[in-house]
Amino acid sequence: MPGLFLIVLLLLAALPVYRPGYKVILVSSILMYVILTVSWVIFSGTTGYLSLAPAAFFGVGMYTAAVLGMALPLPVVVVLGGLASSCLAFLVGAVTLRLRGIYFAIFTFGLVEFIKNLLLWWEIERTGTRGRFVVLVDNNTIYYVMLAILVMTVLTAYFIRRSRYGLALQSIGEDEEAAVHAGINVTALKIVTFAISAVFMGAAGAIWATQLTYIDPYIAFNLNYSFMPVLMAIFGGIGQPYGPILGAAVVAYLREILITEFPYQYMLLLGIILLVAILFLPNGLVGLVERARRRAFGGQRANT
Amino acid sequence: MLEISNIDTYYGKAQALWDVSLSVDEGEIVALVGSNGAGKTTLLKTLSGVLRPASGTVTFLGQRIDGLAPHSIVEMGISHIPEGRRLFTQMSVGENLEMGAYVHAAWKRREETLDQVHEIFPVLKERQGQLASTLSGGEQQMVAMGRGLMSRPRLCLFDEPSYGLAPMLVTEIFRVIQDLRNQGMTVLLVEQNVRQSLEIADRACVLENGRIALAGECEALLEEELVKKAYLGL
Repeated sequence: MPGLFLIVLLLLAALPVYRPGYKVILVSSILMYVILTVSWVIFSGTTGYLSLAPAAFFGVGMYTAAVLGMALPLPVVVVLGGLASSCLAFLVGAVTLRLRGIYFAIFTFGLVEFIKNLLLWWEIERTGTRGRFVVLVDNNTIYYVMLAILVMTVLTAYFIRRSRYGLALQSIGEDEEAAVHAGINVTALKIVTFAISAVFMGAAGAIWATQLTYIDPYIAFNLNYSFMPVLMAIFGGIGQPYGPILGAAVVAYLREILITEFPYQYMLLLGIILLVAILFLPNGLVGLVERARRRAFGGQRANT
Repeated sequence: MLEISNIDTYYGKAQALWDVSLSVDEGEIVALVGSNGAGKTTLLKTLSGVLRPASGTVTFLGQRIDGLAPHSIVEMGISHIPEGRRLFTQMSVGENLEMGAYVHAAWKRREETLDQVHEIFPVLKERQGQLASTLSGGEQQMVAMGRGLMSRPRLCLFDEPSYGLAPMLVTEIFRVIQDLRNQGMTVLLVEQNVRQSLEIADRACVLENGRIALAGECEALLEEELVKKAYLGL
């Protein structure tokens, strides 16, 4: 699996050389969704706490780029975007991660709307503007920054999953009270993991904003950025580490195709595809792949 | 070793424990009996930090522990093996045990502790890689107890370890608890199985409606009219 990941990575790194232009922009957006989905899974996929906050963290990253983009060099802006989102996640986590299940989901949903409206109010009342321009960055730079963030996201997800913290997160998802009895400081672990997952969302937002050149609160805090990672993760399947990557890549690509081919019906078509997938692929794409693999290897591989 | 003085514990506004005092000495088995809803589990949860007493104190090895977070209490050497096993069913037996050793000091010695747990429950070694959900009830209870022991506790709080098990397994579980004590473990045992727990325990106390109704040596309690009538069916 790491070998395959490395090959894909090399191919991706070479892309701007042999296919400049539109393909680079397209793949940038796919990478962006993979980052959102993988970082969402780091926290929500393991603990079972459904976070609808990705749009908030992504948007904070975007606004960081808009506000600081002129003053600071790009790498600093991207890092600050990640840190700003992480700080927000830490605060939100400290307040809400004592809430169970659905209350946490609703709170994170509300958070996106809250920040959006707060910014709207601020821009109307205080600055008298609507939206902001973001400093321009060329497409290849955006692409490589996105790729770098992606690599860090995947590596972080991989190492957390392999460590005792990954197992502890999973145990919170299975039975939080038993996790408490096992001596796991569940509150601290949840808050820190939530903050870590937000770093990558914020960083991705910061670099993504430079491609849009203009953002306002509606663009930056669009709830689609919250729902897509959830859908993509489910579509891919969270039973295996590569599931969310696969799911995000396929759905993001599909979305692009549908938008260009059927600009008016694309949401409808995407909805139907996802519905069918959830009905017929209960374990997501991972389920399909694993079944094919078992058939090919004669069913000797146990599904762990 | 453990000193509980005048504990009052609430669930929200409902008081569940009233002025409970109890002490457990090193190397003892103390049984805590009483009917459903008497407050036995509440008392254990208060000791392990899941619930906080509104008043009263708990001291362990001379240190106040009421108000500490559950993970700190585990670190100090108290392990609460909860009612109903509560395994991580989608993890392997080995991973369940590993999670029991999560606290820092125990993590460093987890291999050594694992060998000890395998010595107590040899079947868990065979089941190592199996998902916890595929085990029988008795084996699941062994995983739960093994997981509790992985934190290298000095005091074990067992909540209904024999619940739902066949009589032969119940005897086995009680034997294990006795063995643990013989190796120096201190045990606070909550049980519905009054006769058998009074047989292995040194002392016992009876909880009724959140209050201590009776406490004393087991032999003496077995002779008490109240115990005979209410719990032994004599």
